[in-house]
Amino acid sequence: MIHAIYIINRSGGLIYSRDFSGQVAQLSSNEALIFAGTFHGIHALAARVSPALKPGATRDLGIQSIDTKSFRVHCYQTPTGIKFIAVTDLLRTSLADVLARTYRLYCDYVLKNPFYSLEMPIRSDMFDATLAQAVKAG
Amino acid sequence: MRADALLRLDTAASKRSTALLEQGIGRARRDKVALGAFALLLGEAIRYSQNRVVGIQDLEAKLGELGRRVGVRAFELLMWRDKNVRRETRVLQTLVFINTVVWRALFDKQADALGHSTENDDEYMITDNEPDVLRYVSPPREMASFSPGAFLAGIVEAIVACCQCPARVTAHQVPGDGMPLKTVILVKFDRAVIEREKRLEAGK
Repeated sequence: MIHAIYIINRSGGLIYSRDFSGQVAQLSSNEALIFAGTFHGIHALAARVSPALKPGATRDLGIQSIDTKSFRVHCYQTPTGIKFIAVTDLLRTSLADVLARTYRLYCDYVLKNPFYSLEMPIRSDMFDATLAQAVKAG
Repeated sequence: MRADALLRLDTAASKRSTALLEQGIGRARRDKVALGAFALLLGEAIRYSQNRVVGIQDLEAKLGELGRRVGVRAFELLMWRDKNVRRETRVLQTLVFINTVVWRALFDKQADALGHSTENDDEYMITDNEPDVLRYVSPPREMASFSPGAFLAGIVEAIVACCQCPARVTAHQVPGDGMPLKTVILVKFDRAVIEREKRLEAGK
């Protein structure tokens, strides 16, 4: 089950957050911003400090998921540096497909919307609606 | 020497793209444009207009103007390209023409409904449940009254004017269940047109 989806822009700012299940405590907008900033930071760190990284090896992609006892955080970073993050229960092992679909919806309904300014919070009814559909289907 | 090389390059490039760019406009087959490409273009047109207006109504008027420019040209092209269509001059035939022929030529489908207002005899409605060209336009909450369909309204306005039935055309978004973009285009004909129509009816 997908509890929530967040989108973090290139500079670590939270541009979208939405709860879907209603089964987890909602973060206040301030907490969500802090979460986004922190995650952005440790993601960048993780990509750097990976012990498996040898000289000449391809760069590490950073954090892909974080597990806790009760939930799992999935991260999908696009080649352009936008992070799509989902909080799910432990039954979901991989969420790459749903997050990739979210990326597609972002390209369609956010970037093609003339009222959207880049890197700013996303407010689009069509994106909300289609994302809800994708989460339901995924 | 250099100019020569450039020229050679140029012709080589144009030879490759002949098929796409140098097609005559008379081709009857449906030349399709990617919706994404059009969405970006229309989006840019909206953004460009938005920087040059002082309010929502002004913006709609500007989009309407863009639509009219498209409408006049689309009408002319339709008349020239399609040997089976006639230029209509009566109100109902004009509306049916827009509903079917124009919509099919522009959007590859018919409009979903054509209605007559019960209150005013000079008002007609053309309904499109899912206007593809507006799919990616979602105005922010503070602009909730803005209807991007003004562009479509402009196209319709130009075509009814070309058909000798001038009218004031506005677009209204009325989201239905499962159809968030449902757009109603309200065509309010000039008084003179309705009177002429009545005379023609009586003279039959």
